[in-house]
Amino acid sequence: MAAAPFDVAAVPRSREFEWIRRNPTIVIGAAILALFAVLALIAPWIANDPLSFEPLNRLKRPSAEFWFGTDQFGRDVYSRVVYGTRISLIVGISVACIATAAGLVIGVLCGYYRRLDDTVMRVMDGLMAIPAILLAIALITLMKASLFIVIVAIAIPEIPRVVRLVRSVVLTVRGLPYIEAAVASGTRARLIMTRHILPNTVAPLIVQATYVCAAAILTEAGLSFLGAGTPPEIPSWGNVISTGRTFFQISPWIIFFPGVMLAIAVLAINLVGDGLRDSLDPRIARRM
Amino acid sequence: MTAYIIRRLLATIPVMIFVALFVFLLLHLTPGDPAAVIAGDEASPAAIEEIRRKLGLDLPLWQQFGIYVSNLLRGDLGTSIFSNLPVLTLVKQRLEPSIVLALSTLLVAISFAIPMGVLAAWKVGTAIDRVVMGFSVLGFAVPVFLIGYFLIYIFAIELHWLPVQGYQPLAQGIGQTARSIVLPAFALGMVYMALIARITRASMLEVLSQDYIRTAHAKGVAMSVVLLRHALKNAAVPIVTVIGIGLALLISGVVITETVFNIPGLGRLTVDAILKRDYPIIQGLIILFASVKVLVNLMIDISYAFFDPRIRY
Repeated sequence: MAAAPFDVAAVPRSREFEWIRRNPTIVIGAAILALFAVLALIAPWIANDPLSFEPLNRLKRPSAEFWFGTDQFGRDVYSRVVYGTRISLIVGISVACIATAAGLVIGVLCGYYRRLDDTVMRVMDGLMAIPAILLAIALITLMKASLFIVIVAIAIPEIPRVVRLVRSVVLTVRGLPYIEAAVASGTRARLIMTRHILPNTVAPLIVQATYVCAAAILTEAGLSFLGAGTPPEIPSWGNVISTGRTFFQISPWIIFFPGVMLAIAVLAINLVGDGLRDSLDPRIARRM
Repeated sequence: MTAYIIRRLLATIPVMIFVALFVFLLLHLTPGDPAAVIAGDEASPAAIEEIRRKLGLDLPLWQQFGIYVSNLLRGDLGTSIFSNLPVLTLVKQRLEPSIVLALSTLLVAISFAIPMGVLAAWKVGTAIDRVVMGFSVLGFAVPVFLIGYFLIYIFAIELHWLPVQGYQPLAQGIGQTARSIVLPAFALGMVYMALIARITRASMLEVLSQDYIRTAHAKGVAMSVVLLRHALKNAAVPIVTVIGIGLALLISGVVITETVFNIPGLGRLTVDAILKRDYPIIQGLIILFASVKVLVNLMIDISYAFFDPRIRY
């Protein structure tokens, strides 16, 4: 390339602006998520112990001392909500990782080995027939409740959808001439799968992962709200909302603040997901 | 058509066998003795032995599964551990509120969402479109219990228009039932509305860009007729699909909504069974909900052929 007499630094900057202008939803969503991540990281410095309770300060309204009020045990709702950010982010990200990884492996294998396909897809159909929240509840009640079990139980019902997505991509790709060429030239099956098929699944998988993440955060909150999720001593948003259930008529703030945080977090993830979908797959973007 | 329906019916059999196997194994896959799990932490060895004998847990596994399936086929969903009543009886007692809630939610969601979607597609790019799209993005994010408590706070506690919680059975008059079900139906319907409005708009946009719509306009057909008769009917297949997919959301949502509004339906039965670890009830309800879901999917597949005669399998 010939030496160009213009300010090189200016070029990428204007491209960045262009990208931001074209994808405002991704930027807004990501900014909110970054804020949540910071909140989760610095929780010990900006919030008090979420477990300490002062019976004298039961069901206090939001005030300068207790920004989000207190619950029926005199625990500071603000501190619990800040710490809850950690739990929700951990659950969302872990479930998204587990479900996508498992779905990817099963989906690629199913799409590539037709003999495996029939049996595995019947199992997936069966899993999909069971409502996600009931499946998760069933798995959690049988094992000793812990955050890890909750994550696994939420991830399992999400796997079939990922499998179907990956499988459909693999089925489309494997009929293409370049795969035939790879097979004909004696490339090993594992290499074909990892190098020639896998890259095609990345874009739709990333989009799917954001939706799985959002769904997982909502499901965790729902399970904890029902009293069948994260162990009650862990301050997750769902658990905070659950403690507010009995007293919501006189102290609605216990439900309001974690509920709003939950909605904002899910909204931000969905914005990122919608934005990614639009920019990665313009064909769908025009329709939705 | 008949052959297609029969083939679809047969395809549900392996799915239901898997569900039955999963539900059956649920108890056996857990680390430890199922009888001890059922009996609870403080049961004596004699009590555990009693449960093992009563539930046939001393038989070989395949034999137990055989008995379980043959019981299911005869409509026997098992017996509750705590109340000693058949699960089917408990389900029948709790059926009405859940069905009323589900149908009202469906009614509320469809009757709001389809006009919203059609309007947004018609006025695409305008403020109306943006409001509808904004609503649908928000509807996906706000959890049902937040909407539920919000509605209770405004319409029941502040305005005193509607009851706070509870359910009035149909036997007490439809007016009372309607008053008690309005708020739950709207709370649960919000996410559903968002879903249907979004897909209606997308599907309508696709149809409205086609040549025959332009022809209809050129012939001077009234806008309302173009939108409803020419466009909406042809946009129906994805909408019907999404209404079906949404039913899965509805089942999960019913469990939470019934807890928020204290409605004594199947959702409450589920939650109570979980808290008491009444496994036969949990197993029975999973089978029941899964059957409903499989049945709905079947109906959707068959309805395709009705809405789009080109679809023939």
